[in-house]
Amino acid sequence: MSEMLLPVIGDDETPFWEAARKGELRIQTCKSCDRMRFPPRPMCPWCNSTQSEWKLTQGRGTIWSFVVPHPPLLPQFMDLAPYLVIAVTLDEDPKIRFIGNLVERSGDAINVIDPSTIEIGQAVEVFFDPVNEEIHMPRWVRV
Amino acid sequence: MLKDATAIVGIAESPFAKKLEASECQLASEVIIAALEDAGIQPAEVDGMASYTMENTSEVDIAKNIGAGDMSFFAQVGYGGGAGPGVVGLLAMAVATGQCEVGVAWRSRKRGSGGRPWAGAQQASASGCWTRPFGLLRPADEIAMLTRRYMHQYGATREHLCNVATSVRKHANNNPKAIMYSRKMSRDDYMNARWISEPLCLFDNCLETDGALACVVVSAERAKDCPHPAVYIHSVAQGLPPQHQTMTNYWNDDPLRGPAWACADALYRNSDIQPKDVKVAQLYDAFSPLIILSLEGYGFCERGEGADFTNDGGIELGGRLPVNTSGGGLSEAYVHGFNLINEGVRQMRGTSCNQVEDADSCLVTAGEGVPTSAVILRR
Repeated sequence: MSEMLLPVIGDDETPFWEAARKGELRIQTCKSCDRMRFPPRPMCPWCNSTQSEWKLTQGRGTIWSFVVPHPPLLPQFMDLAPYLVIAVTLDEDPKIRFIGNLVERSGDAINVIDPSTIEIGQAVEVFFDPVNEEIHMPRWVRV
Repeated sequence: MLKDATAIVGIAESPFAKKLEASECQLASEVIIAALEDAGIQPAEVDGMASYTMENTSEVDIAKNIGAGDMSFFAQVGYGGGAGPGVVGLLAMAVATGQCEVGVAWRSRKRGSGGRPWAGAQQASASGCWTRPFGLLRPADEIAMLTRRYMHQYGATREHLCNVATSVRKHANNNPKAIMYSRKMSRDDYMNARWISEPLCLFDNCLETDGALACVVVSAERAKDCPHPAVYIHSVAQGLPPQHQTMTNYWNDDPLRGPAWACADALYRNSDIQPKDVKVAQLYDAFSPLIILSLEGYGFCERGEGADFTNDGGIELGGRLPVNTSGGGLSEAYVHGFNLINEGVRQMRGTSCNQVEDADSCLVTAGEGVPTSAVILRR
């Protein structure tokens, strides 16, 4: 798994991946006006506060869209193609749409689900699959 | 006011091919010289330059090659394929406000033989960290996500995407300079093409091209002395809506209402020419669905009606609004949309290979899906 394309984690992203290691999907939320924002950033665009906290979500949402990439691709993804990438609208805030992969269980490759079996609007739930000590990747299963 | 204060008086372009031998700097220098010849202006008179931030050739190198004089204005516009008309707009503003008198804009790019930008990065930093680790790697994947949603939301199908690809191809089949000049495309060809990122197939993707183009901008007054009829820059605008994310525009209230809408508001606000008056358009087409979204964003139909607008030859010569009359990025050449600018100028000069007879204005747009720009040209 060392050849996976891993995210570089900057200051803005650190709390997300800390929560991920605990199996929690947390979203940056303004301490002043209580609105969630994504991707994480220093300032709330609605009230301009720079004070934020990371609120625990239920980790549930619905499939908003999906794609099935085919080659040419980066080498890490060539053997997996075609595979499934989904966009998930989060229940707590529909304007937050996580990009991720739909699987059956921990350890699954991202090509285990037949794309013809999925539909926009299906309910999904997150879990976190450890890739290494630092990165636990969010993956989604149908509920 | 910028309206009609400046004009494009010279255009030129290199051959288009999968691979050209000359360097990007040589190609850029050659097309700028050719555009100046087209305008009847000496290289030493060039005192303004505008280009894309993704352009590899610098003002310093170009000025040394073409033999420019004292330069008093040089600037760039960002966001890849969003830049084109914005670059022309920079020159229009600079000329209209006296910052320079003869401005050149250009794009020189060996995208055909020079490799794919997305193939380089082995880690997913910055904005890519929320998409690339999950296999959403390429611009095609990022736009495919919006396309699938569009199809679901509005009932569009691959037949509509096929309309776009085959309509633009027909235009290229009349353009001897187009890479796809001699390659006809049937609906079966489209439907049987290999996938790139479902729901997008090979023919929903632009070409991979080596090529260079340039244009020359001067004041409307000076344009009267140039050999070709002046093509006036009637209105020009950029567009960046709230909470936009470049290419991966998934984190706002309405991802299918992208930068085109913001750009169109500003464009038409300063324009005597409104959507109902436009009889030909060059709409940025790195991917076929961008034409459908742009038809909506620039006011040629309502939200969700862009797909049906392409039915029955709607965007072909003789249709409701002929689009990309030289073949566009899908079938002429993909040089970050600069070929759309030059084709807009040819339509206004009356020299297009697919001339729209009664066209007295032409809309040229940059990429929907990135911070964008657009210009209305008029005779």
